[in-house]
Amino acid sequence: MKMFASLFEALDQTTKTNDRIDALVNYLESASEKDKLWAIALLAGKRPKRKVNSTRIKEWAAEEAGLPMWLFEESYHVVGDMAETISLILPYSEGEDEQDLSAWMESILNIADATEEVKREFIINSWKKLSKRERHVFNKLIGGSFRIGVSQKTMVKALSKYTGKEENELAHRIMGNWSPETHTYQSLIVDTTGNEDLSKPYPFYLAYQLDEKSDFDVNPNEWFAERKWDGIRGQLIKRSGEIFVWTRGEELVTEKYPEFELLNEHLPDGVAIDGEIIPYKDGKVLAFNDLQKRIGRKTIGKKLLADVPIVMIAYDLIEFEGADIRQEALSSRRDKLERVVSITKHPNLLLSELVPFGTEEDLLHERENSRKHSSEGLMLKRKSSDYKVGRKRGDWWKWKVDPLVIDAVMIYAMRGHGRRANLYTDYTFAVWNDNELVPFTKAYSGLTDNEFLQVDRFVKSNIIEKFGPVRSVKPELVFEIAFEGIAKSNRHKSGISLRFPRMSRWRKDKKPNEANTLQDLMEMLENYG
Amino acid sequence: MGYDQTKMNTQLLKFTKKGIYCEPGDFYIDPWRPVGKAVITHAHSDHARFGHKQYLAHHHSVPVLHQRLGKVQVQGINYNETIQLNGVKISLHPAGHIIGSSQIRVEYQGEVWCVSGDYKTDPDPVAQDFEPVKCHTFITECTFGLPIYKWPTEEEVVAQIEGWWRENQLKGKVSLLSAYALGKAQRVLSLLNQSIGKIYCHGAVDTVNQIHQQMGFLQGNFPYLNPSTSKDEIKGALVIAPPSAIGSTWVNKLRPFSVGIASGWMTLRGSKRRQNVDRGFVLSDHADWPGLNSAIKATGASRVICTHGYTDTFSEWLSQSGYEAVSEKTLFEGENLDAKSAEE
Repeated sequence: MKMFASLFEALDQTTKTNDRIDALVNYLESASEKDKLWAIALLAGKRPKRKVNSTRIKEWAAEEAGLPMWLFEESYHVVGDMAETISLILPYSEGEDEQDLSAWMESILNIADATEEVKREFIINSWKKLSKRERHVFNKLIGGSFRIGVSQKTMVKALSKYTGKEENELAHRIMGNWSPETHTYQSLIVDTTGNEDLSKPYPFYLAYQLDEKSDFDVNPNEWFAERKWDGIRGQLIKRSGEIFVWTRGEELVTEKYPEFELLNEHLPDGVAIDGEIIPYKDGKVLAFNDLQKRIGRKTIGKKLLADVPIVMIAYDLIEFEGADIRQEALSSRRDKLERVVSITKHPNLLLSELVPFGTEEDLLHERENSRKHSSEGLMLKRKSSDYKVGRKRGDWWKWKVDPLVIDAVMIYAMRGHGRRANLYTDYTFAVWNDNELVPFTKAYSGLTDNEFLQVDRFVKSNIIEKFGPVRSVKPELVFEIAFEGIAKSNRHKSGISLRFPRMSRWRKDKKPNEANTLQDLMEMLENYG
Repeated sequence: MGYDQTKMNTQLLKFTKKGIYCEPGDFYIDPWRPVGKAVITHAHSDHARFGHKQYLAHHHSVPVLHQRLGKVQVQGINYNETIQLNGVKISLHPAGHIIGSSQIRVEYQGEVWCVSGDYKTDPDPVAQDFEPVKCHTFITECTFGLPIYKWPTEEEVVAQIEGWWRENQLKGKVSLLSAYALGKAQRVLSLLNQSIGKIYCHGAVDTVNQIHQQMGFLQGNFPYLNPSTSKDEIKGALVIAPPSAIGSTWVNKLRPFSVGIASGWMTLRGSKRRQNVDRGFVLSDHADWPGLNSAIKATGASRVICTHGYTDTFSEWLSQSGYEAVSEKTLFEGENLDAKSAEE
């Protein structure tokens, strides 16, 4: 664990890509093949599922540290990270552990089915052996929360530097359905032949948001315009008679969406379609909220299947007749996609229609109409573009419709997580209903670091009451809340729920009584819900 | 718990709008509004403010108070020296926080209170070691009053800073270390191995260094980084600057550099990331969790009043541990990371 914990710390210590690549290459150069493979898996987000109940882990840690549970919880709210909290409160240890990462991973996977007593003993003994920073990594691994902010791009660059292989090839190799239990470093990264994984998806090409800096002429000879849908980005693959559906989070979700299994009979073999998975019923796009009901579930009941059917809106084709066609121009890929969709001819696979336009004004107008089509805005794609890996500027742009906004009063605050640990950065907002403030949304983002510091100071000196980690504060600050959509909700007191709410402006110019009302929200629901 | 409880005056020291007030002695301790007589625990700006008629402090604090507050009327006394005001006995005792930092013991009609000011129980080459004061009521800071704050040993931290410095030298970078101008900076200067390379100081640090050197609390040559210092001279050097200088244009001439912060808050990964620095070193002039608990126990006090820090949580913890504990609001800030707030 020593070496891997050092790598974790080195990656954590710097935000500079080059330093991170160096740290990764360093690790790859000195780690065993087994450890390398585990490190790649963990950094690529293939973390083992939680093996031990997290409440138990907390209790054992508090017990080891000789602290009451409430004090542990208070500490957790300040640290904002469970694994870190535990590593900090445990009694000091030098850390005499000499086991390597793969041996640790084996032990961690092995305790999954053990009795609670065995788990307890394993965890407490491990804590005693590990130093503070090693404990931190260990806690993340047993808690199923191992994550590190290394982008896939950085990781692929480091692998490429270490192996001398092409980045695109490596990006593709580390995707898909593999694990350190099914693969070796050799078979995953090095071997040129062998058992290709049938389900393996391609890395997604991601668009940047159009901004002032992206200054170019959009003319219909060079550009396609399409609607931007608010669903889950997905890849629908059919190879050797089998269907696979992947999300951008690299999750294989074929079983969650039986709608796509129905395409098997019709879809030609050897294709990979890039598109958006959206909830769609009777020719209408449903709200993202509805899709959310299906996202979390593994087994889908008949009622849910009938209430929230899903389809894929296809917008690109990256494999055709078994061949990778990412190098072809988009216009040619689109021709093939249209053919595939029309051959398949199934209501669960729709083609992303092109939005015809002559001038930029036409596009502006179409963008304004986005909400009428239940879409988020437009996508602009250069006809001659190849299909790239990851987020790249230049050929694909998303051009979202301006968000909806409402002025609201902050009434509750909670401490944040990660880099906002120990700062009040998570707020609840309310609008007026007669003389009462009705909470309707939370928001955590949109302010600058400096503004967060100011609000944090305000909160700390204006606390009215405490409810666990939540503080009610004097209703004094007004913020403009921006959001992408609004829907009815029975789960919220206000009766509505917002899509992607964030603070777009601190309205220092407004007094609390100048904030919007519940009535205003209801009108928005009427118009855009 | 411990000390004789029979004659408890619950009002010997009161928390007022102007600060902590002793009515029978008619003086304040670290007041935040102008008063007649102010007894000062130490010279950091949230404890030693402008505008009082008379100041009483440890004699090592006097030169710093003069440097920071100008021509004020300060009486300097030694540790353990007792003076009387209207029958109230006042004495100062080492708090281990910075130069001259004192706990203030107040005794009246057999009852003893002690105000900790800021303190730490770990050793510090520029501050006299903390000495527990037996008292009935202890007014304590608790800046780091949560069990997540446990300081590594001084040697460990010094090794980390020196390792970082050497690494930067190899990369041809200046090591820019953010530390409070008063206290932390001199502590770090005294601890670092000066043979590794040259150490330069920001003007704010330099002024305080000179005071320490005149009193014999700091040895070595730490030139002031002035506008005429050339880029060649500072290559591979370590530069110590106060937090407020780190975000300013002052740092431009040091490029390329790596920034580190020495602060107790660097315990948390989140705080480190928020500051957007290359390295965080866990070094504080405040007591950590074990330090606070052992210091409080050593006073023998039955009553504890928590001032700045995680006051509510810490006093709850003390209550559950058998003390009569409450928290009071003050304007003391403890250790502060944000460049925009007061320097200390």
